[in-house]
Amino acid sequence: MNAVIQPGDSRAHDHSSATSSGAEVLLRALADQGVDVIFGYPGGAVLPIYDALFQQNAIRHILVRHEQAAVHAAEGYARSTGRVGVVLVTSGPGATNAVTGLVDALMDSIPIVCLTGQVPTHLIGNDAFQEADTTGITRPATKHNYLVKRSDDLARTVHDAFYVARSGRPGPVLIDLPKDILIAPAPYSPASTKPHRSYRPVTRPDPGAIRKAVAALKSARRPIIYAGGGVINSGPNAADLLGELVRMADMPCTNTLMGLGAFPASDPHFLGMLGMHGTCEANLAMHGCDVMLNIGARFDDRVTGRLNAFSPGSLKIHADIDPASINKNVAVDIAIIGDASEVLSALIKAWHEDDTKQDREALAGWWRQIGTWRKLDCLRFTQDMSPAATIKPQHAIRRLNEICAESRRDVFITTEVGQHQMWAAQYLQFEKPNRWMTSGGLGTMGYGLPAAMGVQIAHPDALVIDVAGEASILMNIQEMGTLAQYRLPVKIFILNNEYMGMVRQWQELLHGSRYSESYSSALPDFVKLAESFHATGLRAKNLGELDGVIREMLAIPGPVIADIAVDQKENCFPMIPSGAAHNEMILGPEHAGRAASITDEGLMLV
Amino acid sequence: MPEAGPFRTATISVLVDDEAGVLARVIGLFSGRGYNIDSLTVARVDHERGISRINIATSGTEMVIDQIKAQLARLVPVYRVADLSQQGPHVAREMALVKVVASGEARVESLRIAEAFRARVVDTTTGSFVFELTGAIDKINAFVELMRPLGLAEVSRTGVAALARGAATI
Repeated sequence: MNAVIQPGDSRAHDHSSATSSGAEVLLRALADQGVDVIFGYPGGAVLPIYDALFQQNAIRHILVRHEQAAVHAAEGYARSTGRVGVVLVTSGPGATNAVTGLVDALMDSIPIVCLTGQVPTHLIGNDAFQEADTTGITRPATKHNYLVKRSDDLARTVHDAFYVARSGRPGPVLIDLPKDILIAPAPYSPASTKPHRSYRPVTRPDPGAIRKAVAALKSARRPIIYAGGGVINSGPNAADLLGELVRMADMPCTNTLMGLGAFPASDPHFLGMLGMHGTCEANLAMHGCDVMLNIGARFDDRVTGRLNAFSPGSLKIHADIDPASINKNVAVDIAIIGDASEVLSALIKAWHEDDTKQDREALAGWWRQIGTWRKLDCLRFTQDMSPAATIKPQHAIRRLNEICAESRRDVFITTEVGQHQMWAAQYLQFEKPNRWMTSGGLGTMGYGLPAAMGVQIAHPDALVIDVAGEASILMNIQEMGTLAQYRLPVKIFILNNEYMGMVRQWQELLHGSRYSESYSSALPDFVKLAESFHATGLRAKNLGELDGVIREMLAIPGPVIADIAVDQKENCFPMIPSGAAHNEMILGPEHAGRAASITDEGLMLV
Repeated sequence: MPEAGPFRTATISVLVDDEAGVLARVIGLFSGRGYNIDSLTVARVDHERGISRINIATSGTEMVIDQIKAQLARLVPVYRVADLSQQGPHVAREMALVKVVASGEARVESLRIAEAFRARVVDTTTGSFVFELTGAIDKINAFVELMRPLGLAEVSRTGVAALARGAATI
């Protein structure tokens, strides 16, 4: 053991702490950080922490069935509450299983603190049982990580990790905890009130940049506001301010996949989601605008399409808390570094101070143009309304949205990844932030069920629905056990087309309909599967059964799997193929619209 | 990433917390995002505060170099990122040890060139020299090229150490 408390150590000022083990100090630091729940799975290296957990009541532990799910559950918790999600896993395989979740949280900027066990310090590097170079493996998977090698550093490291996870652009932070550090006595110290020694992200925007942005926005003839997950991460106040700015300036607003809920879907200023499966009106407005304000989004390739054809000729303003997001993909004219709430309130203030009048006539013309794009009704589909008809997946989502709205409950939606995710993004309506949890950047199949668990833990009385596909759901299906153990009434709404639908769609459109390995063979009976996990299984095979199944699903107090058999051939439109521009969308069969030619270059772009 | 615009070289100095893994973070950033490293030096420069200085010689378009600086600056243990090649005049120096194995006229010629370059002989046998040479990268490149036909056997270079000229510090 190399842990020694120096007498007179200023950090050991609390007498009781001198006799506390590292594990107890860890839990005390977590409690001081406001942690009330952690998602985890025990193992040899973290047994001291589990022993300490057993002897206290301040922190609740949720036992998941796989470490990846622990991270996704913490993400669901974090995204639906705005708080830091906490994960506890063991060394070696516990840590490596968590890696997918960590990268997911990194890509989507979700604040997570992940505690991993490690072999005792004297065994590190010896290829000991269940040893992995966790800090080495997770360095590019986290915003920051730590290996605690001295007991003196333990409490400070935990506080530091929470600060880093939630500050600036949020992200996952990992603390690797050797077993001897958890057992040996450690001193406690509260979180420091001094500024962090090196990490001090800028949150307050530069007033000069704000004035320039306002001047550009006021003189715009065809403006658009494009808002992303940064608005959600900044807290509900940012969404309120975004609404205020959009309505005040009478500008159209579109949201990214990550930003859905940042602006109310029912507001007439809302153009829907933009990007690869965004609406025509959103993408064509992005293409044709003369001034674009991007707030809290990162010009992702799923949003921009072909870069050299992205919104040609527009003046671009980019507000982001992360300076590295500015000019990364798209060169912008005005850069604003800051937190979305602070940027938005500064913009609103500067807007009032600037005497310039908007060109209302031009703006009215712009809205007329947007109106003609809206008339395309790009999300239109045809559902045969006879009771025996095959259910269109879009119709299933639309009915889910309507029946949920009738229930007047607070509804939280998570998704897996694929066609069902895009249909959910297109056809569900989000009025408030923090109600939509989806794996955007990494595109992690298996995200939705564990994320829904985390949401339900944070909001026990809310209606939490995982919109799933039959392929994705099987990637973390073991979490049905967690739902049963904690009686979490999560509803799993499977759009079952017996295909990895998005793979099938790309194979149809780009690979000559050669459906290589995308058929979901040997599927389980989801009704029986639900029953074996102590949940309720429901099935809708045709249109006549759909509404009844949705209503029954919402009425059942426990967890439910609703297996909805949908049209296997349905594709997700509109679609901007890889390598195409915003004005080269493919529309659905309902429209005689133009189809973009798919280039070889586009084929390589996944 | 857009590749538009001309390439330039940049000498970037980074002050970092001297903690375990910090160099791996910086190198991982470059390899993970596909940036070039032409040379890299690292050493502790402030023992009291535990601060190390990393000097990186890199190249890319202006947009890429701006990205490199922004990505470095967002690493948690990074205090300061300075682009010396952009912030005014700076001195950048590298030390090299160059081994030449030669005899006869080539051996004499190598010694003559070494004198012209103000290289020092730090080891000698009847059949070899090890020269120590300090200077700008171009000077060392030129010296190595001149030694090549004369029996160049091995080169060891430190990578660039750099400071801004004048009273300014990063």
